[in-house]
Amino acid sequence: MSMQLEESPTTDGEIVTNYTINFGPQHPAAHGVLRMVMELDGEVIERVDPHVGLLHRGTEKLIEHKTYLQALPYFDRLDYCSPLAMEHSYVLAIEKMLNLEVPLRAQYLRVLFAELTRICNHMLNIGSHVMDVGAMTPNLWLFEIREDCLNFFERASGARMHSAWFRPGGVHQDVPLKLLADIAEWLDTRLPTLFEDAMSLVVDNRIFKQRNVDIAVVSRDDAIAWGFSGPMIRAAGIPWDIRKSQPYDVYDRMDFEIPVGTNSDCYDRMMVRVEEVRQSAKIMKQCLAEMPEGPISSEDRKVVPPKRAEMKSSMESLIHHFKLYTEGFHVPAGEVYVATESPKGEFGVYLVSDGTNKPYRCKIRPTAFSHLQAMDFMCKGHMLPDATAILGAIDVVFGECDR
Amino acid sequence: MPVLHSAPKFASNEGVIDTLTGALGSMLLSAREEHGEIVLTVARAQIENALRLLRDEHGYQQLMEMAGVDYPSRAERFEVVYMLLSLTKNHRLLVKVNAAENTPVPTATRLWPNAGWLEREVFDMYGVIFSGNADLRRILTDYGFEGHPFRKDFPLTGYQELRYSEEDKRVVYEPVKLAQDFRTFDFMSPWEGADYVLPGDEKAAEQATPPPVEKPKVTEKKGDSGAGEPTNGKASEKASKGSPAHKTTGESEKDAPKPTESRPDKAPRQESAQDTKGATEPKDTKEDDK
Repeated sequence: MSMQLEESPTTDGEIVTNYTINFGPQHPAAHGVLRMVMELDGEVIERVDPHVGLLHRGTEKLIEHKTYLQALPYFDRLDYCSPLAMEHSYVLAIEKMLNLEVPLRAQYLRVLFAELTRICNHMLNIGSHVMDVGAMTPNLWLFEIREDCLNFFERASGARMHSAWFRPGGVHQDVPLKLLADIAEWLDTRLPTLFEDAMSLVVDNRIFKQRNVDIAVVSRDDAIAWGFSGPMIRAAGIPWDIRKSQPYDVYDRMDFEIPVGTNSDCYDRMMVRVEEVRQSAKIMKQCLAEMPEGPISSEDRKVVPPKRAEMKSSMESLIHHFKLYTEGFHVPAGEVYVATESPKGEFGVYLVSDGTNKPYRCKIRPTAFSHLQAMDFMCKGHMLPDATAILGAIDVVFGECDR
Repeated sequence: MPVLHSAPKFASNEGVIDTLTGALGSMLLSAREEHGEIVLTVARAQIENALRLLRDEHGYQQLMEMAGVDYPSRAERFEVVYMLLSLTKNHRLLVKVNAAENTPVPTATRLWPNAGWLEREVFDMYGVIFSGNADLRRILTDYGFEGHPFRKDFPLTGYQELRYSEEDKRVVYEPVKLAQDFRTFDFMSPWEGADYVLPGDEKAAEQATPPPVEKPKVTEKKGDSGAGEPTNGKASEKASKGSPAHKTTGESEKDAPKPTESRPDKAPRQESAQDTKGATEPKDTKEDDK
């Protein structure tokens, strides 16, 4: 890219050139390791070239060398702000190939925890977006909620972040009744208080609006052409939500609304997420009210290992357990593309099986790839400080973007 | 087969293949439905026209994803898969082209601007070239990386590793040195198509093809087989009716120890453990004598 030269009338004929700066890779507002080469005309952005891949770990290649179950924990480490949503696509892809039925209670548990993940993710994103444009307090309050969410994950799976709790055929373990009661109480009391308090500081705040309204307006057609999904496409006024239009697990039984934006700017993207938190809480309450008793994973012993107690008395169970944890299960040959609505947008898994116990190819569709690619045209003509607001509203996490 | 799984349910696939086969005509090489997904294979030279037709005439507005797949045994070893999404029809489609290292695939960047990075990724990982993509740089791998890491013949550990060198005060690149051998376990059942020799079973592999015999051995008469006369029915009878009865005499052996259960309870400890410290220490025998 050649530098743009122009004769400036104000500098007495001295030549003024555009200059190029590096935004990142170590920048607190880059939300991870993102390097953006920016060409600036004064303080106005002329061109942005995001360099991604600094966190590339070759996850997809590693997965090809693991059995289907061993590959599951890699998904937690993609978008580490919403780990269970990542697992969701993967287990559904396997189940689709196996045509495996999942018990109803497991489907409810998955939806419950997928929505808890959504709240957890939005707390981090809203908080850091608000902090990127100058507010400190809401972030601290929202982290209180996030901490509660992580405690719930810990009580369900034993791990605060990398749960590996969704398994092909259901979930790993049942939850204690007390946990469900505590989540219900938290949804009724603590979440609305803390969240609405924090939001009351932000949504009508003059400074926050000045920094976000009319920043990076993307038309409907552009949003479709650039492959936007999730809150990014909903902010553009398109009511597209995979939970609603292509329901998976028990989302077709859930009663919730899809918030859409009107202006398609950074403020709308933020507000779509704010409303999604309230809708997620509604879905969770419905899950808790309707959740039936029953098994929490498939009874198909060729896929789901037996319970420990069963192994003590049944030789067949012992054999199944041994075979599943060494060789793993075989998935019929073929290919599927399964996409779910992760908190950040469409998270897809394209799984190719050759009939063995390891995936032949597992392509992960990160949500951030399409959004980050549009940085160039979203930033064009905006000021340098707007870039942080735009980036915050995209909700980008590099574990997932770089894979 | 009835649908049992709970994966995302999009609009029905019914009639889609027929409609698209008619519309794509000679551009289409094959079409199939498997696991609820419609997979179309399109001629490489025609992929841009085919995608444009699908986008403009059939409502597949979004290109959600592109994936490369490597099948080293094929003449054209790579597959490039386009995942299309129709927001209006609520339907998904997989469109494929085959490619080799030296056969460029026409770019989709003129149709969807986000194809740029997706093609860069396929190029970076597999080395598939996209003609018409003006910005076909590497995207995920390191600056100055060589090779295409997702090819099946690229080792998982790679060739180069980097570390911070304290002497040079900078990051240095070195050939990969593994502290232990790379461990791959093959848990496939040996009788399910494993094509390797089991450890310790090398003899069996050597004898896998028996030596050629000039005159095949046949048994024409009963005597030739060496089996003798067939046994009569008596042979299948059991020799005994069951195991011999176990006798108990009611008297225990002489000098046998008493059963331990009947041992009387120990007397409870009188003092606390601290007071018994002296008991464990060696006694001064001289004092005892006095």
